[in-house]
Amino acid sequence: MFRPIQKFLFNRSSSRGLIAIIIFLLFWEVCSRSGVWFGIPVPWIGKVPAPTAVVHAWIPMLSDSGYWTSWLLSIKRVYIGFIFAMVIGIPFGLLLAINRTAYGLIFPTFEVFRPIPPLAWVPVAIIFWPTNEMSIAFVTFLGAFYTIVINVLGGAQAIDQRFFQAARSMGSSQGDVFKRIVFPAVVPSIAVGASVGMGITWNVVIAAEMISGGGSDGGGKGGGLGFFIWDSYLNNSYDLIVVGMISIGIAGYLSSGLIRIIGDHFTKWTRR
Amino acid sequence: MNKIMLKLNLNLREESLIRKLLSPRFFLMITGFVIFLCFWHLSVEVWQLPRFAQLPTLRAVVTEFISTNPIYGVSIFTHELYQHILASCLRVFAAFILATLLGVPLGLFLGWSTKFREYVFPVFEMLRPIPILAWVPLAIVMFTGIETPVIFLAFLGSFFVTALNTMLGVQQIDESYFRAARCLGANSFQVFKHVVIPGAMPFIFTGLQISVGVCWFSLVAAEMVSGQYGLGYIINTSYTNVRYPTIIIGMITLGFIGYITSAMVRSVGKSLMKWRMRELALSEG
Amino acid sequence: MTNSPQTRGQISIKDVVKIYDPEGAAVMAVDHCSLEIAAGEICMIVGPSGCGKTTLLNAIAGFHSINGGSIEMDGQLLCGPGKPQATPGSDRIVVFQNGALFPWKNVIDNLMFGPLMSGKLPFNEIKEKALYMMADAGLSGTENSFPGELSSGVKRRVEIVRALMNDPSVLLLDEPYRALDSLSKSVMHEALLDIYAKNKVTIFFITHDLQEALFLGTKLAIMTTRPCKPKKILTVDIPYPRSYSVVTEKRFRDLMEETSHLVHEEAKKSFAAGEKEG
Repeated sequence: MFRPIQKFLFNRSSSRGLIAIIIFLLFWEVCSRSGVWFGIPVPWIGKVPAPTAVVHAWIPMLSDSGYWTSWLLSIKRVYIGFIFAMVIGIPFGLLLAINRTAYGLIFPTFEVFRPIPPLAWVPVAIIFWPTNEMSIAFVTFLGAFYTIVINVLGGAQAIDQRFFQAARSMGSSQGDVFKRIVFPAVVPSIAVGASVGMGITWNVVIAAEMISGGGSDGGGKGGGLGFFIWDSYLNNSYDLIVVGMISIGIAGYLSSGLIRIIGDHFTKWTRR
Repeated sequence: MNKIMLKLNLNLREESLIRKLLSPRFFLMITGFVIFLCFWHLSVEVWQLPRFAQLPTLRAVVTEFISTNPIYGVSIFTHELYQHILASCLRVFAAFILATLLGVPLGLFLGWSTKFREYVFPVFEMLRPIPILAWVPLAIVMFTGIETPVIFLAFLGSFFVTALNTMLGVQQIDESYFRAARCLGANSFQVFKHVVIPGAMPFIFTGLQISVGVCWFSLVAAEMVSGQYGLGYIINTSYTNVRYPTIIIGMITLGFIGYITSAMVRSVGKSLMKWRMRELALSEG
Repeated sequence: MTNSPQTRGQISIKDVVKIYDPEGAAVMAVDHCSLEIAAGEICMIVGPSGCGKTTLLNAIAGFHSINGGSIEMDGQLLCGPGKPQATPGSDRIVVFQNGALFPWKNVIDNLMFGPLMSGKLPFNEIKEKALYMMADAGLSGTENSFPGELSSGVKRRVEIVRALMNDPSVLLLDEPYRALDSLSKSVMHEALLDIYAKNKVTIFFITHDLQEALFLGTKLAIMTTRPCKPKKILTVDIPYPRSYSVVTEKRFRDLMEETSHLVHEEAKKSFAAGEKEG
């Protein structure tokens, strides 16, 4: 059981990475404590809570059910927005790729909206949707939606014309062409779009939680990890801010990892 | 149509422009916009569909936008709008330049030296998944003042994207180019200058375009949470002060400027990589 | 030109062994291969896909290490016991299969690259030399074009001239004309012989095209399928200068007869083994 761990530790490249991480943590610790230890705090980093303080604050959190509820809330929001983005974005992208009229009609308007950051939509979303949850879901959806559509379009447009010619010469119908040529060709692009979209979604969810929960809107217990961070800040529990940040980082990393595994499964054929 | 063209006796550039304007594609594009605007107008003002009715009307937004004496104080004729635009643009500019100056060299080294990558990349990858906005409270704690945290946040987002894309850009350079350079007698530094940097350029510029977008994204969010002036700030305060048409004005302005900055980066890239433009043009022809 | 070209570029390949992934799959690519190449010769290496010919070229160039045997050039050890990998240098320049002209530099900058990097000659002299060699190779007028705008044939010629700009002892060519159609190929062959006549370097040329090998080479080494070693080495005694009409002459056809069944034999073995081309 220990063999793989041993192999990992003695592997030169991973041991280098480990050394660097340890040095990074030591550097962080020293800088954070510099105010107390040396009397002169290091600028900026000096005010960040030390790693040891963070761990100290984190341990009681692990048994706090409110903490884990925050996790669940954020994850739920991320996946709702993400799934909507996939469910609507993939067909939408395919429609634009296949139908020239639709593309000509819709794409320019789409491109006009795209540079508007999803968060700029928060006020409009709050006005429009009846509940806070739906507003967050809408904004989250937007973030991933653009990425997925662009990626699907790119993937569909890059299909080698020869595949279509080959299919036609073998007498395939429109539906068949779609099912057997277009769809498999865009799956890798969807996978890429999904990975990138997931990262954006997390950003938007955290931001939305902070804005709607902690912004001047003051909507009460919004919940979620973003709210957790903002709340910790307002309560001057700086250690918990970092706890929250790291928690989000882990949660985001796991979500992206999950999406990547699913994506890899569907694109097995692209690798030799 | 050709007969009309002949009659008008235009030069080549004017002719191609007119052809573009009269092409079916252009018509579709305009039609698309018009349909959208009609839908907006109808759903909000005319039919007053549920939920839609609460949104600001197209008419209100337009009149506000072009009025010389706007009710809520912001239109293209007011000094205020440009103050906000300038504030946001300056911040994005500072953050983007900083992110590029730090991110590109870092990415180049990460791609170029295996040793360096083995040490540094794990730390980089540990920090990257943390959403930029999760840094907001920490940034406020770390940096005094109002501008610095906002710029820091915009910088962070751009930095990670730029460094990552640059690294990928170096890694995708075909091994043959490195081998050829070494055969021809280039030393390590020369390889870096003549192969690594030009070879990674296309990826670097794609990264920079994405980075500008991320920069705006982070900036707007940061402004909405804590800032004075700026387009994000104006959107947020317009909402809290119930000045709904101004929200839309802010959004439109954001979209417009975001697009322009992206196009600027793209055109700088094109002019630096003329060789690629020619190559791409020939492959399509 | 410094020393008399015919005395440089002699290569001795002695008992070379190359095994990929020795602790893992242990794929032997080169099996105790020995070959002598005289200075100024055009040595054609013919063999089926994936047999290890490129590995041999890479070992001479210094891109791969060897696990046994030695390679010497002009009496100096390139790689061998104590020095498993040669150092790449401008005395042995490679022309790559898929071309490695720097796409971001135009033709003249590509050509001047080697001498500029070594810094021994002043800029103007290098430029003059480049323009001269371009004219010699029939490339005048393409100075400011980028590789992306040129045809494959022209690109190959530019790459060869780029190599020759550095006055190498040996030119290592890895199936450079593989992607060209047979019409362009015949033109390229004559152009190469023309360049050879003006700059007598040693040429180490890998190909799977037997006709190309017989037309260009002074020496032919037919390699076995993986792991490769010379199956048969013969001298092509058709005098230079050779024009393409030589292909129809009796001596040429005799040589083709002598060698083609050997090559075909190895090709069948390679096909049966499912070798992927290198």
